[in-house]
Amino acid sequence: MEEKKYTIGALAYNKSGVLTRITGLFTRRGYNIESISACTTEDPEVSRMTIILKGDEYILYQLIKQMEKMEDVIKVGCANELDCVYRELLLVKVHAAPEMRSQIIQINEIYKAKTVDLSPQTMILEITGDPDKLDAFLKVIKPYGILEMQRTGVTALARGSHTLKDRDGGEYKILDKNAD
Amino acid sequence: MKLTGADILINCLVEQGVDTVFGYPGGTVLDIYDALYRSGKIDHVLTAHEQGAAHAADGYARVTGKTGVCFATSGPGATNLVTGIATAFMDSIPLVAITGNVGINFLGRDSFQEIDITGITIPITKHNFIVKDVKELAATVRRAFKIAGSGRKGPVLVDILKDVQTAKCEYAPAVPEKIVPAPVAPERLFKIAEAINAGKKPVIIAGGGVIAADASPLLCRLAEKLDCPVAYTLMGKGCIPEDDPLCLGMIGMHGTVAAAKALNEADTVIALGTRFSDRVALNRDKFAEKKVVIHVDIDDAEIDKNVRSTLHLMGDVGETLKSLLPLIDGRQRKDWLVKIEAFKKENAAKKDTSLRAYKILKAASEVAPAGSPLITDVGQHQMWAAQHYAVNSPRLFCSSGGLGTMGYGMGAAIGAAFGTGKTPVLVTGDGCFGMNMNEMMTAVSRRVPMVILLMHNGVLGMVRQWQKVFYSRRFSQTDLNRKTDYVKLAGSMGARGMTLGEGDDIESTLKRAFGAAIGESLPVLVDCIISPDENVLPMIKPGQTYDTQIEALEEN
Repeated sequence: MEEKKYTIGALAYNKSGVLTRITGLFTRRGYNIESISACTTEDPEVSRMTIILKGDEYILYQLIKQMEKMEDVIKVGCANELDCVYRELLLVKVHAAPEMRSQIIQINEIYKAKTVDLSPQTMILEITGDPDKLDAFLKVIKPYGILEMQRTGVTALARGSHTLKDRDGGEYKILDKNAD
Repeated sequence: MKLTGADILINCLVEQGVDTVFGYPGGTVLDIYDALYRSGKIDHVLTAHEQGAAHAADGYARVTGKTGVCFATSGPGATNLVTGIATAFMDSIPLVAITGNVGINFLGRDSFQEIDITGITIPITKHNFIVKDVKELAATVRRAFKIAGSGRKGPVLVDILKDVQTAKCEYAPAVPEKIVPAPVAPERLFKIAEAINAGKKPVIIAGGGVIAADASPLLCRLAEKLDCPVAYTLMGKGCIPEDDPLCLGMIGMHGTVAAAKALNEADTVIALGTRFSDRVALNRDKFAEKKVVIHVDIDDAEIDKNVRSTLHLMGDVGETLKSLLPLIDGRQRKDWLVKIEAFKKENAAKKDTSLRAYKILKAASEVAPAGSPLITDVGQHQMWAAQHYAVNSPRLFCSSGGLGTMGYGMGAAIGAAFGTGKTPVLVTGDGCFGMNMNEMMTAVSRRVPMVILLMHNGVLGMVRQWQKVFYSRRFSQTDLNRKTDYVKLAGSMGARGMTLGEGDDIESTLKRAFGAAIGESLPVLVDCIISPDENVLPMIKPGQTYDTQIEALEEN
């Protein structure tokens, strides 16, 4: 089966250890996770996470089904077939000697990034966008010398009135041979 | 009514209908043991080792269908449960393990006998809990039983801090929620019935799910209505009487010739409550290739995990069969059954009846009183028992299938004895027996009648067999070279020991053993001397297909 990237949204009870359980599952079953981001939602008892999985359809459905068996997991869905908004935040600290600053600020303007910290020799830049945009930005910034950086991992929401909470097993459509 | 956490725990167990627990006391469960003592409502079986307690709770659960319960203290007590919990997890056996832990003030400070047992057991439990607030205790214990006994069953661990056991809170008794399997989707049933009805040469593979759902009578009805032979997996043993003309025996790496041939010939495979493990679907890509595969399992994650099914249905096997049976056309398949009969004859003809182990097990299955559960350890003797010992009803067979836990048998046999009130037959080897023989002391303390058939060949037989086949007879560390006198060993523990030497009459020795076990209400160990060169056959090599079953060992 063809290997691709899948975006998976999951809702889980915000219990201590829930992330350990989920990441432990990924490790022991050998799923290749590119990123995972998680935080509480409008309901303080519920956490939402976005998981980026690299794998084929078999791995995707195994991951969803194995996750859904977990007691603390409420709902899991793959968002690939949906029209989603994907966002990621990047903070990057770059070398910025005074003579370089204006060049970097110019790049910032083009990419709609912000300068959030300035010291005599460094700058911290902040940019939000889909992962491709962040990759492109990093490529341009890299020659200036990256001291350190942190990406949050992707978060995603489907456009329109559609919510993960309300989904009912739609994610199984691709594999379900029994469905009409 | 205000009660301490320890009293709440015992009350909640009684609520759930628990009358027997297996365990071992220690520092952080003193309050629980005190509450147990004061309550007097639960029989506690004190084992020699916590691992034995976990296996006993597992054996008890397998024979009764109820959820088994074991207790252990924090630290080493808890870690000693791990193998038992993992065994239950792999075989989907409902278990609630209760452990104590240090008080909240000591938690996370590497205190004496402190261990993160919930962290350790995440991968081997359906779910686990650490209870830090007495107000959550009752609800947690109730939930633990619900999780263990519903859906695909399995173990749940509840870790209770010491101060939770002594803290008081309001306790209100509750009637446990009845666990009812979810009804199955009717539109799927029609499709499955249609496919089954269209099959010309169907074969059923029945797994542990049939036992777990207590669906054996329904399975037999389906087989009869369809005129369809049934092969069972190790976990499914007991789901159909062995002398039923439609019973093919066990399927798998060491399954019968009849099961392998029937599978090869079949056009439709109806897999019920089985997960196509690598010991059944040895080559998962080629298993049942080009056949119609209908897979019914309670766990959605098992569908298409190992073997791709043509049609599947997620559901309890019992519920499924109940709804499915009226949709199945009664059939008579003379030609197919003639073939099956021929396969079974071939199977009988190819059985190596010269094996000492075969003779002993066959005789034991005839001598043992009706209703005696069969328990095995893991290895050659396990496969021989599965092949040659007739188990004609469900819940009378306990064996570690998924995890393959050597040392499982002694504890499980004790649990099975308490669960059935009968005389278990434990088939073990000298390797396995060496791992947990200490539980013979437990069996003596509690005057548990059982017959232990120790297949004594002085070697780790199964590993040695693989060394014969795959490692050019380089017998690395499989020769035990022990000088143990098992008869004396049994005697020293207060049990009875007998020798069944090569010249001794099998039947009369076994009759004496059962007579003594039942008469004196004691474990009786029969030291069965067998040759280290007896092999488990037939065999399909790992990763191979069912047309490559070998009936003799080609050694290299």
